[in-house]
Amino acid sequence: MPGHDEKRNALPMKDRKEIAQALAASGYIADGELATAISLMALLRRPLLLEGEAGVGKTEVAKALAAAHATELIRLQCYEGLDQSSALYEWNYQRQLLAIQAHRGDKADAIEDQIFSEKYLLERPLLAAIRRDKPPVLLIDEIDRADDEFEAFLLELLSDFQVSIPELGTITAITIPHVILTSNGTRELSDALRRRCLYHYVDYPDVDREARIIMARIAGAGASLSLQIARLVESIRKEELRKVPGVAETLDWAAALVGLDVRDLHDSPEIVHETLMCLLKTHEDKSRVTREVTERLLGKVA
Amino acid sequence: MSCCGASPDYEEIDEVSRLVSAKLAAFLKTLRDNAYAVGLHEGRDAAALIAAGYAETPGLLRVAFKHLFSARKSDWDRFDGLFDAFWLGRRVKSRSITTGSAKPANNPSLKSLQDSQSERAGNEAATDQIPSADEAPGDRSGEGRMEGASRADNLAEVDFRKLADPDQIEQAHAAAARLARIMRTRLTRRDLARRRGYRLDLRRTIHSNISHGGVPISLVKRQRKEKPLRLIMLLDASGSMSMYTGVFLRFIHGVLDEFREAEAFLFHTRLAYVSDAMKEKDPARALDRLSIMAQGAGGGTRIGESLQTFNRWHAARVIHSRSCVMIVSDGYETGDAALLGREMAALARRCRRIVWLNPMMAWQGYAPEAAGIKAALPHIDLYAPANTLKSLAELEPYLADL
Repeated sequence: MPGHDEKRNALPMKDRKEIAQALAASGYIADGELATAISLMALLRRPLLLEGEAGVGKTEVAKALAAAHATELIRLQCYEGLDQSSALYEWNYQRQLLAIQAHRGDKADAIEDQIFSEKYLLERPLLAAIRRDKPPVLLIDEIDRADDEFEAFLLELLSDFQVSIPELGTITAITIPHVILTSNGTRELSDALRRRCLYHYVDYPDVDREARIIMARIAGAGASLSLQIARLVESIRKEELRKVPGVAETLDWAAALVGLDVRDLHDSPEIVHETLMCLLKTHEDKSRVTREVTERLLGKVA
Repeated sequence: MSCCGASPDYEEIDEVSRLVSAKLAAFLKTLRDNAYAVGLHEGRDAAALIAAGYAETPGLLRVAFKHLFSARKSDWDRFDGLFDAFWLGRRVKSRSITTGSAKPANNPSLKSLQDSQSERAGNEAATDQIPSADEAPGDRSGEGRMEGASRADNLAEVDFRKLADPDQIEQAHAAAARLARIMRTRLTRRDLARRRGYRLDLRRTIHSNISHGGVPISLVKRQRKEKPLRLIMLLDASGSMSMYTGVFLRFIHGVLDEFREAEAFLFHTRLAYVSDAMKEKDPARALDRLSIMAQGAGGGTRIGESLQTFNRWHAARVIHSRSCVMIVSDGYETGDAALLGREMAALARRCRRIVWLNPMMAWQGYAPEAAGIKAALPHIDLYAPANTLKSLAELEPYLADL
């Protein structure tokens, strides 16, 4: 659709609804603010930084966005010590060594030109993301786990969208990817990176949205059951737990209940209590939510 | 446009856009005053958003600006209130204003500004100079507490002067030097190319052996990169700590000298940055500068507020990923203990380790009952007693593990 981009700039309102619908079609129920954030990403060409507790569906946003754009999702998982050779590019040493052996006797310059060419270059996620014909979604997951050197390097890439490889020269982006960064907040990110990005805080969904998420994801979950599950999960989140259940846990639990043929939570409090292991993942939490607590929580769910 | 009947002339449009951009600039300034990191680039993007039709309704503009200007959760949570207050004229329930309290006092640029002003005034009437010089300390004590300000001189004389005792300085330096040696470097998981190392660097090896026909003769290896540990000291100089302030000041002096990277702060009801003052070559001058900064020392302790000042104004600059923060305090908080808890959590996210040294712990029968220390405890990595240089030396093995 060639005229699509112009339309996007002219009619942001309509576009936001379209975005929300497109995300919903790929299984992600977005709130209005997130849809705005995604329309801003396209307009301002800035990366989007998603922050929030573990398990609120930050990574899902990127997956749904890729599906909505009908494009590829390129994911870079960060960890301490992540460096250029695993994030950006690496030379294919085995092939290089073979080529050197095969061309034994040639001039050193000629061999060097040959083995340091595109053919022997292994793309890693960041380089791959800027060399696609159709802009992909680049997900830089858990950026707070990488160290600050990598953050600084990333900042440079995100502002210029070009990479210089000493042996090859500068590679400029063919297309600018849609960049999504996620952070769990285990480490404070640098102010420079934060300023470069749009910011969105992903919170636990409210009851209504969580019920819609369950209905969208779990086939066979009816509207009333989904609402009951969402309400119960919300009240469990308010208990003092060590690990608060995320959306993924809710979905697991809903799937378990549907699989056990539960139609109404009040009909089978036994099963409800026994399947709570889908939500409570530490021994401490498990022993805190006793049978009585489950019943009290169930009582609150209308 | 069509609803107005006649199309507006260009001057009118210019006038409107001028008004909008002036208002936008004022909004950006408000955000900056509230500690948002907003640069020129953000301003340009904000104007682009308005031009793209995001200003259609206040709700839409608020959401769009919220994503653009916020950089962290605290910004995110406060934004709606600020936006409504500025654009819609609604009251903000709790607007968090943090003053950079200690800053104007030791900010040379501000000082020189004052001086030049008073000089200009002095040309007209020479007596003007004296009241204007008096005014500055008056302002400062207004910020702190009256009784605290009066005790400050006393503390400065008793404790800070002892810094000049050469024997004790030597001891303090020796302790700090030992500490510096064991805490100096931490290995990172980041590699550097080296001649000797534990892992082959294939890329560089192949590149440098092309002339040998690809036979790897000279090897390039990778070694773990070392990064110096940075020690940041926050010393409580309140009345309840007055017995120990001298000891720790000497220790800080040693730390600043011996560590490759170290910073020091003093706090009581406010926070003061003292690294520069303590690095002064001339000891007498250093003492003078310290005594000026110790104004208000000996009064109550507002650890929470001091930490808030630290987190907001200094943390981004002085803390990097290999930083250890050492807080020396008895944990008697006269301010809000809940605030202390929040600020400790924020600090814990930023730095690698937090050590809290508490002189009171050496007393018999001490239990962490004070509200302040209770709120802070969950975020502390090492909580240990320390009241003399000797007890500091005994902590070495624990500090080395950090």
